Amino acid sequence: MTSVTLTAESITLQIDGKDISCRSGETILQVARENNIDIPTLCFLEGLTVWGGCRLCMVEIAGSPKLHAACATTCAEGMAVSTTSPRLKEYRKMIVEMLFAERNHVCSVCVSNGHCELQNMAVKLEIDHVRFPYRFPRLEVDNSHDYMRLDQNRCILCVRCVRVCGEIEGAHTKDVKGRGVLAAIIHDLDQPWGESQTCTGCGKCVNVCPTGALTQRGTAVGEMTKKTDFLPYLTLMREAKS
Amino acid sequence: MKPEELVSMMEKARADSAAFKHEIRVCTESGCMSLQSDTLLKTLGDEVKSRGMTDKVHVKGVGCMGLCCNGPLVKADAAMYQFARPENASAIVEGLSTQPVAELLCDLQQPFFTRQKLVVRENSGNVDPESLIDCIAHGAYQALLKVLTTMTPQQVIQEISDSGLRGRGGAGFPTGLKWATVSKAGGSTKYVICNGDEGDPGAFMDRSVMEGDPHRVLEGMAIAAYAVGAENGVIYVRAEYPLAVKRLTKAINLARRHELIGHNIFGTKFSFNVELRLGAGAFVCGEETALIASVEGKRGVPRPRPPYPANYGLFGCPTLINNVETYANVAPIINKGAAWFAQIGTEKSKGTKIFALTGKIKNTGLIEVPLGMPLRDIIYDIAGGVPDGKEFKAVQTGGPSGGCIPAELLDITVDYESLAKAGSIMGSGGMIIMDETSNMVDVARFFMEFCMTESCGKCVPCRVGTYEMHELLDRICEKRGTPEDLQLLKDLCDMVKQTSLCGLGQSSPNPVLSTLRYFEHEYLDLVKQAQAAHGDQSHAATGEHIELEVLP
Repeated sequence: MTSVTLTAESITLQIDGKDISCRSGETILQVARENNIDIPTLCFLEGLTVWGGCRLCMVEIAGSPKLHAACATTCAEGMAVSTTSPRLKEYRKMIVEMLFAERNHVCSVCVSNGHCELQNMAVKLEIDHVRFPYRFPRLEVDNSHDYMRLDQNRCILCVRCVRVCGEIEGAHTKDVKGRGVLAAIIHDLDQPWGESQTCTGCGKCVNVCPTGALTQRGTAVGEMTKKTDFLPYLTLMREAKS
Repeated sequence: MKPEELVSMMEKARADSAAFKHEIRVCTESGCMSLQSDTLLKTLGDEVKSRGMTDKVHVKGVGCMGLCCNGPLVKADAAMYQFARPENASAIVEGLSTQPVAELLCDLQQPFFTRQKLVVRENSGNVDPESLIDCIAHGAYQALLKVLTTMTPQQVIQEISDSGLRGRGGAGFPTGLKWATVSKAGGSTKYVICNGDEGDPGAFMDRSVMEGDPHRVLEGMAIAAYAVGAENGVIYVRAEYPLAVKRLTKAINLARRHELIGHNIFGTKFSFNVELRLGAGAFVCGEETALIASVEGKRGVPRPRPPYPANYGLFGCPTLINNVETYANVAPIINKGAAWFAQIGTEKSKGTKIFALTGKIKNTGLIEVPLGMPLRDIIYDIAGGVPDGKEFKAVQTGGPSGGCIPAELLDITVDYESLAKAGSIMGSGGMIIMDETSNMVDVARFFMEFCMTESCGKCVPCRVGTYEMHELLDRICEKRGTPEDLQLLKDLCDMVKQTSLCGLGQSSPNPVLSTLRYFEHEYLDLVKQAQAAHGDQSHAATGEHIELEVLP
């Protein structure tokens, strides 16, 4: 008898009625994107660990009563995934509306206007109004750093900045304080950014931020553009080196 | 410790306590201690000493006796005293040799005591939780000895599976199945964790078990560790339970000193170490993945499952997480057998459950009853009904994740299935009773406020959804709500339930959903009142609640 070792087992599944094959261990989101099936996300960013916080990538899997986050669910043989349904569309709209209601997102005066993932998501999901009561919190703008700025009013707590700071830069300057709607991004032990001893000033956090929460200073309305595509290359280069 | 030493220690301790003619037990748990039961204990000791009766009377502090509303409780031989104060000490000691003190007597024949079935709490109120010797005299560590010397891990898991024990933390997952999953998981290092992060409003069952009989929890964990092949255990207790922390610390130290935990327990190959970790009181840390993150020293937020802790838990190792009460059920099952345990309770819910009775009820305190008891018997027989001639309205079970059960459903039985069918959950065992004066929308708002402040903030539906639901409930309560607000509230409940990351978010709409199910007229009444007060206009058109702020 000969034994066969399967290193990369292949799996076939259906996404939105389309037959697709993938490697075992791949997530639904990865496979869907490889096959040009769009699943909206905000907290996910290729090159960072999966967070599963924005809940925009929720999909239906046939036979399961629950919804599943596509970014955190690995594919299984014979799975039938549905990424769009009236229910999912409605939930996604509600989630993005809630983000707008949570803090003070005023696009017309934002440096990221026109280059903002939250704004683009709202356009994509055809949101024309917010049905929830606005919270209008009074929030701080941390302007203490020499060339970067944190505006809590525009933060959606996707914690991409926290992850990139800890996982890629290795500084772990950023973290989260507080609970619930009072949670907020902090530097070191909740110090002004400019006084941080650990921040290397690399600027990765600014580039991964989906909104105008983390920006370069000296930018005016609509001038802030982000480069989020450096991460996969960085990860690839590190893997090649090691 | 050698197996023979445990037996000789037990026999000696029993002979020692039999040498006393009288025994006085004083409840020294948080409830009674807040009424100076610790002073009472000391005064009783002094009284006995001053009368020169130290060789005849044994005075000791014990765990909870259940009827907390009448505390401090004192058991003097066969008599139970209630509302005992330090100044009654002399009369109580006097009463030992003459007649019991009539004005303090508590009737032990009332249904509150007679209708209970004590399995987990059988030693609570009998043993001194701070004395290992006393616990051993009452049979502590006998089950561990039996397991280590006569049973294989597979046999232990089989015994737990056969007993039908289900997780007492809330969800009711079969304990035997969980143990089997962890035991089959690969990896040389495994952990067992005891979840003592009890945070539901009005719940104090686990606190009582940890304060009243800590060795039983340790023994249960050691047996679980043997069954799944773990060598390390962690007890996660919230720092708001200082007495439980103190008693557990002492219990761990004593057990370690007597080699009941540590290397080569009872001379076998099995080693087990336990560490105590304190939580800072975040409710979400009762969720298993958040608890693991907290133990690891990280921010206590949940992560998506799978992978489940059974495969990927503490520090990435297979981890067994059970509730305090679940572990406390293990030793009796091993000692008396799975068949004995399985005959208590119902078809699918075996054994007993501790409930914490609070709210508008005559007897507040802790009870342990067989699963499947009708809710009516618990409320009216054991708990004595609603005081001041008021009408019973609803009982909230399962904490902020649970729901309200109205008076018309009082005849349902209390077990996992029927509570779920009624739109509530068993939860960890809190029961908050409400009378006719409670407004159910206000009740829903209270629980939503709890969920809002306890949401960790990781996922959007829970973080913002609980805030928005609370805001809408607040509007409706304050008679500012519109029919649209009510519809939006319903939509939000559905969305938060479906899309949230962890159990806290997924179950946070339950208090709203269950009150909507049985008391929708109260919501509609408030909305109608709002419309009558403001005309048939929305709150926005009335000009109130619009706060314009200058944006940065």
